[in-house]
Amino acid sequence: MGRSPRVAIVDYGLGNLYSVSRACVHAGLDAVVTSDRQAVTSADGIVLPGVGAFGDAMATIRKLDLAEPLRDVVRQGTPLLGICLGVQLLMSRSEEFGDHEGLDLVKGTVVRLKDPREGERALKVPEVGWNGIHRPRRGSPGDPWVGSPLEGRSEGQSMYFVHSYCVQPEDPEVILSVTRYGQIEYCSGVRRGNLSAFQFHPERSGAAGLAIYGAWARLIRSRSHGEASA
Amino acid sequence: MNVRVIPRLDIKGPNLVKGIHFEGLRVLGKPERFARHYYETGADELVYMDAVASLYGRNNLLDIVRRTADEIFIPLTVGGGLRGVEDIRQVLRAGADKVSINTAALQRPELIREASLAFGSSTVLVSIEAIRRPDGSYEAYTDYGRQSTGVDAKDWARKAVDLGAGELMVTSIDRDGTGQGYDLELVRSIASTVPVPVIAAGGAGTADHVLQAITEGRADAVCVASLLHYRFVRECRYDPGEFAEEGNIESLRKGARYSKISDVSLPELKARLEEGGISCRGPLPQEGRP
Repeated sequence: MGRSPRVAIVDYGLGNLYSVSRACVHAGLDAVVTSDRQAVTSADGIVLPGVGAFGDAMATIRKLDLAEPLRDVVRQGTPLLGICLGVQLLMSRSEEFGDHEGLDLVKGTVVRLKDPREGERALKVPEVGWNGIHRPRRGSPGDPWVGSPLEGRSEGQSMYFVHSYCVQPEDPEVILSVTRYGQIEYCSGVRRGNLSAFQFHPERSGAAGLAIYGAWARLIRSRSHGEASA
Repeated sequence: MNVRVIPRLDIKGPNLVKGIHFEGLRVLGKPERFARHYYETGADELVYMDAVASLYGRNNLLDIVRRTADEIFIPLTVGGGLRGVEDIRQVLRAGADKVSINTAALQRPELIREASLAFGSSTVLVSIEAIRRPDGSYEAYTDYGRQSTGVDAKDWARKAVDLGAGELMVTSIDRDGTGQGYDLELVRSIASTVPVPVIAAGGAGTADHVLQAITEGRADAVCVASLLHYRFVRECRYDPGEFAEEGNIESLRKGARYSKISDVSLPELKARLEEGGISCRGPLPQEGRP
């Protein structure tokens, strides 16, 4: 096999990108943490990580002049992995602290986890901790996880979450996984073509999380191969 | 909801230590070795607490954090002696996912707001270390339990959340290392009144104490130290020569045990919680292990 695929981890100033970077390296990817437009658009794959507030993150992405380039390369087929706030940024808009426009790569909104309860007991928001991911019940036949970064994960596998908001895509077909918190069932994974994004942190979810990076790396490799032989 | 079980590793220089009421620190081994063992046996997160950060340099700790972050892929919280946003940035750069602040936040509460704006609320854990007063209320202490503040722990908890703390860790200094069980009243009084997750810490001597912290204390997560450390020390049969000269390793030479602690392994502890009706993350599949 040739060189390691190069992935750009988009740095917009917040959060711990070290663990994302380590997980990429673990998956055999050549990872660079960057906010440089050229480095992002020329990469074989893009990780859009995120911790912090939606509005601030979008403002920074615009200030770095990354919003339009990100949309362009995703349309051209570059695999993108969104993590935590990264999945939310793909949506059309968010209601976090007012109303904010997102990257609008997936039609949908970001809403607050509203009064989760387990029996008598009110659950905390943010949700912090391990929770299971499940296949969505949806109309189309076939296993949605096959050919996605979740291929090989077991139904109900625990992943690590830290969030107060969740995404609501308009098209149910883009929902890759769902998760239950108290009485709330929310979308914890999104997939549309070359876009894969998760509300949880695979890089903090032990071996099962690392396997998601591994599967994503294989998707990048198979695409690079396809191009090379075309 | 899965309750998180979080091993807490108190670090002095290059060593993992454990004391009683935060004092009389005994050396138990190398923190990285314990961290790796806990990662492999199902820890949901890890906490590193620098026991003497204000007395020694922090380079040692940053090295330990870096080495740990390279091989464990669960959240790592680091605390002890972090004075400001720059200290926090350093620790996060070294690979920590969250920071725990206590002393500096009580001295200058605005630090909580600054840190949560700079790194996100979910990165900022405020550690409340309290001693029970004769009238039954609780007072927050700083400097690893050495310094009283006159601040009421419950009031401080609410204020810390208002300023942007994403999580609280509530430790009873009275119970720390004693094996007498968590201070359930302290934990409940805070966990049932703040909207963010509360981690109970200090005092677990049996698996049932951990269960009580969740059912009676209403904790969202539990920190465990002696209970797990003494089991691992017993099982792994250290060569004391492996340790740096510094520190009290007498107990380790003799085979550290403390009669008030009925040590358990992480899988045993989680099995006990499940029996008690508390759901936990199950055992880790071994595939793809680094």
